Amino acid sequence: MEYLKQPWPWYISGPLIGLIVPALLLVGNKAFGISSSLRHICAICLPANISFFKYDWKKESWNLFFVAGIVLGGFIAVQFLNGQRPVNINPHTAESLKQQGVKDFSGLLPQDIFSFQQLLTLRGFIFIVVGGFFVGFGTRYAGGCTSGHSIMGIASLQWPSLVATCCFMIGGFIMTWIILPYIIQL
Amino acid sequence: MFRLQAFHMYGIIGSAIVVGMISILLIKRFQLKTINCETIIIPAKKFHWGNVYGGLIFGLGWAVTGACPGPLFAQMGSGYLVIIVTLLSAIAGTWVYGLLRDRLPH
Repeated sequence: MEYLKQPWPWYISGPLIGLIVPALLLVGNKAFGISSSLRHICAICLPANISFFKYDWKKESWNLFFVAGIVLGGFIAVQFLNGQRPVNINPHTAESLKQQGVKDFSGLLPQDIFSFQQLLTLRGFIFIVVGGFFVGFGTRYAGGCTSGHSIMGIASLQWPSLVATCCFMIGGFIMTWIILPYIIQL
Repeated sequence: MFRLQAFHMYGIIGSAIVVGMISILLIKRFQLKTINCETIIIPAKKFHWGNVYGGLIFGLGWAVTGACPGPLFAQMGSGYLVIIVTLLSAIAGTWVYGLLRDRLPH
């Protein structure tokens, strides 16, 4: 139990995530992919006669139970496994972020940016709202996210998923190294 | 992760891919069926330029929010309620993609 209460090393959590792939295939013949849930939510709440949202989402409802499970997992980790501890990042990363005005590393997300107070600032708006929009728009345009492409796609040896994953990484590097330093100082 | 100062996320994603790959190879090798005895189907991903353009856009958002779609849900469960706004925005992004889909290069 004590072992469970520490942050899990990557060689435990990574393989566990990998095991989701055969679990979903063997139990329900389903392909691992999380961003599809966003599409299903659109199809349920606001299909607006858009052909992309006109399909039988009820057949895909397992995906919504799956993401509900992720919410529950996050809750359990924090409430019962003592997950609310300082985020485990490289001290160099923390130091350079501090110089840019991000100082609070007490939880998983820096409160200097991700809080309701910050939402009304330009910087907070970009991090919380614009960032989220890019995630939703980009994943659907790309046909999948880190789970559907990077894990499920590459694991099943599909080269378009490798291309997509490389583009995820390139986008991430462009943001982190070129654009983010400016946004953080807003 | 993108600062290349920590191996953690690369370890997680990399080991998840390896475990997933080995499981799929085993499923194919032994022609395993689902618990309902169905043949396992792995949907083929066809290349389109959205993989590139959308991938880049998602990458930008990933590095800003610090989350791909899965962790968004986990962060909400962890009590970061402001992430509900990020999730709603991501849903809006998906919806706008659906709206513009026919006009975007694929």
